[in-house]
Amino acid sequence: MLSFVIRRLAVAIPTLLILVVLSFILMYAAPGGPFNSERPLPPEVLANIEAKYGLDQPFWKQIINYVVSVVTQFDFGPSFQYKDRTVNEVIAQGFPVTLTYGFWSFVVAVTVGVSLGVAAAIKQNSWIDYFAVGVSIGAQVLPNFVMAPILLLVFTLWLGWLPGGGWNGGQWQFLIMPVIALSTSYMASIARITRSSMLEVLNTNFIRTAQAKGLPMRRVIWRHAMKPTILPVLSYLGPAFVGMITGSVIIDVFFSTGGIGQFFVNSAFNRDYSVIMGITILVGTLTILFNLVVDILYAWIDPKIRY
Amino acid sequence: MFPNRAAVEGIGDAAQLAEVKGRSLWADARIRFFRNRAAVISLVMLGLVAAFALFGGMFAQYEPDFVNFSLIGSNAYLGVPSLETGHYFGTDSNGRDLFARTAMGTGISLMVGIVGALVAVIVGTLYGATAGYYGGRVDGIMMRIVDVLMSIPFMFVLILMLVIFGRSIFMLFLGIGLISWLDMARIARGQTLTIKNKEFVEVAVATGVRPSKIILRHIVPNLLGIVIVYATLLVPNMIIFESFISFLGLGVQEPATSLGALINEGSRTMQFGYMWQISFPLFFFVVTIFAFFFVGDGLRDALDPKDR
Repeated sequence: MLSFVIRRLAVAIPTLLILVVLSFILMYAAPGGPFNSERPLPPEVLANIEAKYGLDQPFWKQIINYVVSVVTQFDFGPSFQYKDRTVNEVIAQGFPVTLTYGFWSFVVAVTVGVSLGVAAAIKQNSWIDYFAVGVSIGAQVLPNFVMAPILLLVFTLWLGWLPGGGWNGGQWQFLIMPVIALSTSYMASIARITRSSMLEVLNTNFIRTAQAKGLPMRRVIWRHAMKPTILPVLSYLGPAFVGMITGSVIIDVFFSTGGIGQFFVNSAFNRDYSVIMGITILVGTLTILFNLVVDILYAWIDPKIRY
Repeated sequence: MFPNRAAVEGIGDAAQLAEVKGRSLWADARIRFFRNRAAVISLVMLGLVAAFALFGGMFAQYEPDFVNFSLIGSNAYLGVPSLETGHYFGTDSNGRDLFARTAMGTGISLMVGIVGALVAVIVGTLYGATAGYYGGRVDGIMMRIVDVLMSIPFMFVLILMLVIFGRSIFMLFLGIGLISWLDMARIARGQTLTIKNKEFVEVAVATGVRPSKIILRHIVPNLLGIVIVYATLLVPNMIIFESFISFLGLGVQEPATSLGALINEGSRTMQFGYMWQISFPLFFFVVTIFAFFFVGDGLRDALDPKDR
């Protein structure tokens, strides 16, 4: 097991380095710097600014400096646009917000999705099955950027129950719509995967044996059927995580929640490369770590996997 | 004892019947597909949407980029959908005809979806088939690369690229192409692993056919069924993907438009009660995505009956 974890780490770390180097090269290759404004600065001033941000050094020195400071100190350098702030401060402001509603979205998507899928599979062809299938088909065409306006329309403009945006320190009223908008389509996918996986498992011989020896249905489901059912769901969680973290950009923009997505888009329009890179690398790291955890969980649950 | 005449003819008929009944895999699949009512209806819907995208512009009374200055700011009473003014779907906030723009946006979204899926399918299939056919260390390295690329959140890299190299349809295609072939490569590889041990591949190897030709002529055609299914399911994902980027304002550039951009514009004005500005693009978006998913499901059931 330990060697499996080490081997996975051996892949994860180069991946991260590739991501850092790739985004740095992209930034370096960009035509026009962040300080090229409508009114050109005097050359001495420009040279001073570039020296401050270390942009006057040769390429290889810049990249090594950047990678070293990112890897050893988690320091993404100063922001090019917010003059008085570093990228770390920007991330520190936005990330807790994203983390809060992202966490709840994930919890909602997994718990509701799995329970809906299991319920649908146990009571196949009942109303709850049709409901689950209907929801999962319907939600396929409701990605977050479609869901968000619809929610806003219904709950804010028509019913007036929920605030249309903002964060307000994470009060629950401000949390509901982002969480629903972000989690719906993943919840639906998880429900669909769980249902078909559970149906498959329920048809296997070991489940029939468990039933034949007179175990109550609840015990059969929980003790025997749940583990193999959850495996395909587990392997979907990686892509779902990436999708949610990407979707958070839409949520931030649409509901003005003030998460990192909002900074990301603003920086994209302002060509604030250091913030863009900082967020890209942060998100990449999270994704890679998450996939690592999922892989380890998978290997731990699935007895067929050799590691 | 001679068999009587009728029996002989019967045998002949039976032989003929058997000949008639022999159906290819594709004919079988076609029959199965057309038995699936949801898939057939979706196919018709897709045809209608495509026709709207292609020919809708001809019926529009205005050009998609024509700005009617007298309508700016008076959307609420002059820009409503009506047959009399010729703005069948109303106008957008800039006084442009929404019917023409929706037709244009549907067309661009469909094009992005189909071209994106095509790129993904071609690259992914060839990559996956190559990795699967050679196997061993080549396979290990090639699939590890896929694993590594898969764990990078590409949407962020794509936005970075769109910002750095400027927004253009080409950049969008490149970005979409970069991301979407990964799944296809995995699927194609898995299928290739089972195909390459079949006798006909062995024969090809024994007669000295070059590996590249074996992959192209013997392996890829046998992947076709699953590739078609996956491509159909990929198109709506590509449309969603493009709409996501356009929703952020980083996709296609004005005056061109796509469904995502139109939905974005509509969602900004719905609070003023201009519901038509979001509902028409949203309607076409939802219908298109739905139809593609159902057609894809129908194709999967038709071409790959064991995979339910």
